[in-house]
Amino acid sequence: MIQVIAFYLFATLCIFSGAVTILARNPVHSVLWLILAFFNAAGLMVLVGAEFIAMLLVIVYVGAVAVLFLFVVMMLDIDFAELRAGFIKNFPLGLALAVVLFVELFVGLVVHGAGGVQLGKASGAAAQAADMSNIQAIGALLYSKYLFLFEAAGLVLLVAMIGAIVLTHRERSGTRGQIIAKQNARRPQDATINMQPETGKGVQL
Amino acid sequence: MTEFFMGLGLSYEWAWGLSTICGILLIAFPLMLGVAMIIYADRKIWAAMALRKGPNVVGPLGLLQSFADGLKVFLQETIIPTAANKGLFLIAPIITFTVALLAWAVIPFNSGAVLADINVGLLYVLAISSLGVYGVVIAGWSSNSKYPFFSAMRASAQMISYEVSIGFILICVVLWAGTFNLNDIVKAQQSHVWIINGFVANPLLFPMWVMFLISGMAETARAPFDLTEAESELVAGYQTEYSSMAFALYWLGEYANVLLMCALNAVLFWGGYLPPLDIPVLYLVPGFVWLLLKILFFFFIFSWVKATVPRYRYDQLMRLGWKIFLPTSLLFVVLVSGYLMATGHFA
Repeated sequence: MIQVIAFYLFATLCIFSGAVTILARNPVHSVLWLILAFFNAAGLMVLVGAEFIAMLLVIVYVGAVAVLFLFVVMMLDIDFAELRAGFIKNFPLGLALAVVLFVELFVGLVVHGAGGVQLGKASGAAAQAADMSNIQAIGALLYSKYLFLFEAAGLVLLVAMIGAIVLTHRERSGTRGQIIAKQNARRPQDATINMQPETGKGVQL
Repeated sequence: MTEFFMGLGLSYEWAWGLSTICGILLIAFPLMLGVAMIIYADRKIWAAMALRKGPNVVGPLGLLQSFADGLKVFLQETIIPTAANKGLFLIAPIITFTVALLAWAVIPFNSGAVLADINVGLLYVLAISSLGVYGVVIAGWSSNSKYPFFSAMRASAQMISYEVSIGFILICVVLWAGTFNLNDIVKAQQSHVWIINGFVANPLLFPMWVMFLISGMAETARAPFDLTEAESELVAGYQTEYSSMAFALYWLGEYANVLLMCALNAVLFWGGYLPPLDIPVLYLVPGFVWLLLKILFFFFIFSWVKATVPRYRYDQLMRLGWKIFLPTSLLFVVLVSGYLMATGHFA
């Protein structure tokens, strides 16, 4: 009973906040609603017993990706009138995309109705390996059966990271950055001289 | 506690609900009282280090100072700037405060005495602590004012930077303990090196603890990393436009976060509720007393640092996070896992 209530609570909130994400006028509000949607998705994951995936969803999407979204969106100076000006022009494209997505969903549902592909069970508990917590089960699969695919994914990410750094890195000339080692190696006698100049005489620097 | 309520003739659902609510209150009330007293302790420690007396007027030895301050902010008017985004402006301090309380759900206060004994406890802590930045960022943006906005920008970059190295440090601990459950992590530290309880005595994990302590200060934006509210540059950072209870919520949340970091130091590296040495006599003292003593010890370190270390400049902060902590913690992940593989720890 309580599971059903929790499921409908999370699911309703997830769909609602997803809808408000695209309906909100203010882009910052959109990002915040998106975060709420992520959260409710994580709640749904917990309900099916995939607590590891739920935590990763919160850490990666809410904790890092959404912060960067928010960071960028907050700094944009958005002119709402200009945003809406392209609406009519882009409407046919948007409509075409929506139709494609709908057809895909429809085909999926029809196929599912005709028997569908069986992967584990809907209750989620059956999909879990026996006597293993979530993390152990995922680890055992990733590092044995799918080791090469997993490493390949890691390599792709590494290449993407290096690519991003190469694309955005620029050497600026004329900046005077702090070299900590040089600064720490500096001693008082390197920088200061103690002198007792006689009256009426200057100091040679 | 669920069994106790079921013994009173309640069904499982009601007993579970009631016991959870009791658990939350049992943690939240002492925590709030602790925060009030820790603010007083913080001020007394700074005062002692600056050869001042600190709060000494309200109550005996000034002990009631925090409550007087609390009453004062409670009675003040909440001022909302006209240009502010009203809803978000009020939600932001609530987010900070709630998030500061949430992570305490998985801290073990004694063997098995934990509100939510979940398998992914440490990941939960990471997930919740990564939410802390939203309170600051939303406050900075919704205030619609320059200094808070600068502060929000700084906060988002700072907290993400240090979370990365904290993640790697935690992986070292998890590798050694073999579990994400905080209760089991504490148990894994029993007589870890000879009779010493705690990962900190381990030469491979001691540097990780030092880095965790420093990253913890950066993560909670305590001095010397308090760039988000650097009063000499940004007035009061993201709190500039806040007044009365909204301001107090930030205050409480901040100190609850600091206490959480101290508790995490104790739980992950110093044996949590275990006594420092694995001697039977020391187990006569209840576990939560040991945990409390450790938390207070780390809080003293936090306050000591705040009183003595000058603030970092922003580029220095970023350099420390990305160029020193990140490579070092990555190196230690390799070292620790290599050592554990070589000695057959996982077999």
